[in-house]
Amino acid sequence: MNNIGGIQENSGARLQLIKAGLKRRYAKEKIFRTLGITAIVIALMMLTVLFVTITKNGYSAFQQTFIRLKITFDASVIDPEHTGDTGVLSQADYGRLVKKTLREMFPEVKKRREKRDLYSIVSSGAAFQLRKMVMDDPGLIGTTQTVWVPADDDIDMLIKGYIKTGKEGTGRIKADKAAWVNTLIENRAIEKRFNFAFFTGGDSREPELAGIWGAVVGSLYTMFVTLILSFPLGVATAVYLEEFAPKNIWTDIIEVNINNLAAVPSIVFGLLGLAVFLNFFGLPRSAPIVGGLVLTLMTLPTIIIASRVSLQSVPPSIREGALGVGASKMQSVMHHVLPLALPGMLTGTIIGMARALGETAPLLMIGMVAFIVDIPAGIFDKATVLPVQIYLWADSPERAFAERTSAAIIVLLAFLLIMNALAVVLRKKFEKRW
Amino acid sequence: MNRNEIIKAVGKPFLSEEKVKISCREVNVYYGQNHAIKNVSVDIAEKEVTAFIGPSGCGKSTFLRCINRMNDTIKTCRIEGEIRLDGENIYDRNVDPVLLRARIGMVFQKPNPFPKSIYQNVAYGPRIHGLARNKSELDEIVITSLEKAGLFNEVKDQLGHPGTSLSGGQQQRLCIARAISVQPELILMDEPCSALDPIATAKIEELMDELRQNYTIIIVTHSMQQAARVSQRTAFFHLGNLIEVGDTNEIFVNPEHKLTQDYITGRYG
Repeated sequence: MNNIGGIQENSGARLQLIKAGLKRRYAKEKIFRTLGITAIVIALMMLTVLFVTITKNGYSAFQQTFIRLKITFDASVIDPEHTGDTGVLSQADYGRLVKKTLREMFPEVKKRREKRDLYSIVSSGAAFQLRKMVMDDPGLIGTTQTVWVPADDDIDMLIKGYIKTGKEGTGRIKADKAAWVNTLIENRAIEKRFNFAFFTGGDSREPELAGIWGAVVGSLYTMFVTLILSFPLGVATAVYLEEFAPKNIWTDIIEVNINNLAAVPSIVFGLLGLAVFLNFFGLPRSAPIVGGLVLTLMTLPTIIIASRVSLQSVPPSIREGALGVGASKMQSVMHHVLPLALPGMLTGTIIGMARALGETAPLLMIGMVAFIVDIPAGIFDKATVLPVQIYLWADSPERAFAERTSAAIIVLLAFLLIMNALAVVLRKKFEKRW
Repeated sequence: MNRNEIIKAVGKPFLSEEKVKISCREVNVYYGQNHAIKNVSVDIAEKEVTAFIGPSGCGKSTFLRCINRMNDTIKTCRIEGEIRLDGENIYDRNVDPVLLRARIGMVFQKPNPFPKSIYQNVAYGPRIHGLARNKSELDEIVITSLEKAGLFNEVKDQLGHPGTSLSGGQQQRLCIARAISVQPELILMDEPCSALDPIATAKIEELMDELRQNYTIIIVTHSMQQAARVSQRTAFFHLGNLIEVGDTNEIFVNPEHKLTQDYITGRYG
């Protein structure tokens, strides 16, 4: 090294050198920072576009057009022999009541074809609604009630402004139909109301009757099966591999395979489910139990990998501390390592579950794509799930299903948000930062 | 090497039989290909503090961890020779390492309290070994252990607080309380003061002086002053060899071996 005098002599030049370099270093930093911010802004913009379009397309589905009808519950139509028998009440032709009311509202309609058009402004669900009212309260028979019934989806779309009335003979809404609707609007006999049916009903061929609840329940059951199978299995596998298994060629092979499994396309798991669970074990088709099993296979690698990472991050000093006071291997893992690793394991599980919730392809293979109207009552019932429901509706030609597709996506995103929020709460609960 | 040769080489490794707590004979430790401990034979006296000193990487910690079989957890580690605790070889096939570690407590270099309350930290050992029949017995064990570790007065109002919220020195004393809660015969301390400030260090050294009334203590330390202050016997390790062992007073005043002399006078290491 030079003596101190030499360094002092050179110090001016040295500082100049460092200063010149500093400028370059700061410039680099600035570029990096700008790139980072740009990336974040682009991502946020995309997210905003996604949310805005979905909400814009979907929010109208939360409302449904209803038509006010003054229904006379005519005893001669419902129960001509005055039996009061529930069998008779449930078999009665409630459609006739609706048609009669409509004819009374528009007495000028005489021709058969015109009549048919007139009847079609009200949803076919109206008759079911009346039936339910009578079944709930037979005392209604013989009285006249004001009832709001859902309008047909075409009328709904017209009121919401998605379709226009065409010229004579063209378009879905003919001129006379439009005239009736105008009359209804003038009489304040048509209005948009909150669409309860969408949140409480199952699927339907009629968009105005189709609801998301069946798919939500199906998703809940499927997620439930997936969670109770994949979490314990995944955690147990990770603990064994990380803490107990010897390190040899076999465990290496297992590890490589688990990592590979995480990258297998999900439809392959669907094929496996079809071959093994349906054809070999004979489990019911389209059922959440099978969906859950398939999704368990799909999520297991994710959970195992995340759990192993979080086990590795537990400081070895904790293990040594436990062994040092004479805890057995099992005790040191169960009492100390596992509780510390649990938050990380939960995060991994939630990532896996979120992926499983949005999964469609493997479920198509095991029949969860079927058209199912009933709300599933258990994990062995036929069901569909939210993403498959979205797929089904997106595939339907009716204009009204387009808005319901977006609405279903909103519901799916809300579902996901609730699930993630729950995970954060659980994490906070288990996380001990001391 | 026979007994006399060893004595000639390393000073005073052997003690009269009634004083011996642990006797090590020709212990060799390998980490894979690396020969970490070379042919070490030494006796550890009962109810005394024995210090292992030596430069970094000399194998003193490795040797300490052999005594409670902590090296069992390292897959590549292989141990030869015999270590006898009260005459019984701890590497015998029928010796249970869990039981052994209940007899030999350990305090680590970095304070490592469990992320649980102070009470739970101390109660953990007695609980897993079933040493307390009921809650009040467990309370008593926890309190006596904390008292013996000189921590009780500082934490008696916050037994439910997390152990990790204590200061470094308090944490280390908590770890000592945790070690003595299972009433071991021997306490191994692996550089217990290296992460502590001088005041906390002084407290722990004081504590060791008291503990040696009831326990046999082995301490690994970097600080020669510490070894001189707390120990009755000192062993100097170098590159896996036991260079010299003897009464602390003699070793520090009049080392026989040149390496020892260089090390304790600061010319080496």
